[in-house]
Amino acid sequence: MVGSIAAIGAGIAVIGAGLGIGQVGGKAMEGIARQPEAASKIQTAMIIAAALIEGVALFGVVVAFLGNNPQ
Amino acid sequence: MDCSHVFDFKVNRLIAAFTLFLALFTVVPSVLAQTDSVEAGVAHEAVAADAAHGAEAGHAEGNFDPTAVIMEHIADSHVWHVAGHFSFPLPVILYTPQGLEFFSSGHFHHGEADYKGAHNTYRLVESTKDQSVGQNFFNKKIKVVTPDGQIDEAATASIMDFSITKNVAAMFLTVVILLLVFSAVASAYKKRQGKSPKGLQSFLEPIIVFVRDDIAKPNIGHDYGRFMPFLLTVFFFILINNLLGLVPIFPGGANVTGNIATTFVLALFTLVIVNVNGNKSYWSHIFAPDVPKWMYVIMIPVEVIGVLSRPFALMVRLFANITAGHIIVLSLISLIFIFKSLAIAPVSVAFVIFMDVLELLVAFLQAFIFTLLSALFIGMAVEEHH
Repeated sequence: MVGSIAAIGAGIAVIGAGLGIGQVGGKAMEGIARQPEAASKIQTAMIIAAALIEGVALFGVVVAFLGNNPQ
Repeated sequence: MDCSHVFDFKVNRLIAAFTLFLALFTVVPSVLAQTDSVEAGVAHEAVAADAAHGAEAGHAEGNFDPTAVIMEHIADSHVWHVAGHFSFPLPVILYTPQGLEFFSSGHFHHGEADYKGAHNTYRLVESTKDQSVGQNFFNKKIKVVTPDGQIDEAATASIMDFSITKNVAAMFLTVVILLLVFSAVASAYKKRQGKSPKGLQSFLEPIIVFVRDDIAKPNIGHDYGRFMPFLLTVFFFILINNLLGLVPIFPGGANVTGNIATTFVLALFTLVIVNVNGNKSYWSHIFAPDVPKWMYVIMIPVEVIGVLSRPFALMVRLFANITAGHIIVLSLISLIFIFKSLAIAPVSVAFVIFMDVLELLVAFLQAFIFTLLSALFIGMAVEEHH
């Protein structure tokens, strides 16, 4: 087997980010569809939530970097 | 809240002072490096060392090692590599128990030669491939070497490295930019009191008002004025460092906010400011929360960890976002070298441009998030009990 398990760990962390941000984005779309006047507020809140979720996913990537054992 | 007395000196004096400062840190080391190669009498050795440096990064024997190249660009360095074989040697400042050492990193010839300083002999050790990134991070780059060429770990542990490395020089550049821009804007406000803003003022005013009205006031409340200098400084410092990191040519391209030591210090500032300004209500929530007494055993450790984990998250979030962006851009460019074909170049460059636009968004967003969360934590600390 080539490669390292750290890379697999990073990939799994990214799945979490994708799910989370996808949920946030989806709900934001629904909100904007229901009330287009509130679009900019919803968009701001969505961006903030996405950045925080991405932060958590990047913790996972950082741990993968630290735990990477080069051959 | 009147801080205008800070900007009472003339901008010209500031420009002169910092030009002198920058000249000192660029001309002097270059001159030092020049005199060294003249003394050694072997200018070709420097070229060979440069070629060897290229080989070290994996260009030799037609074998391109993307990991090494990417890590070399992300990491801090004692030399600022500008283009091709032209690099800027930066000053090395070491505090040894025997005294202070000050010399140009050009003496190391990219890690080829040991340098005999006033107190010890030093060797520049590049990161080793048989250790992980995490372990390499904690290894000292400049090691003390005994007269017979062995690395002296005990002596190395006792020296403190205060060198002006690439990241430090880039931070100085950001500081100069911030001071120039904001002292210009402040003096413009003073001169044009009562008149509408013009030029740089009108460009920065919406951003500053945004930080005040959307970040500081809603989160901190009526006492926001005390913390505005900190929040504005943090916002613009992170923003300008993020943006400069995206620029591929000389004064840019240093990965400052992608260095965990920098983000550690910024998060440390937030930690200190939040806890120094904590009022009775804040501390009582941590040490005497509103729960049955038997839960204190769990709640108090959790709350104390919370005090530390929030700035920790700030640190890692900024570091990881910026570093990840740089790694992605560097990887996409490395594709050209991995496939060894110019045909990949248009595709690669197109992807890189797309990623760079995304990185631009991330640069603003991360500065905003750091400032927002800092304001939120400060608000939690100064909030009145209700």
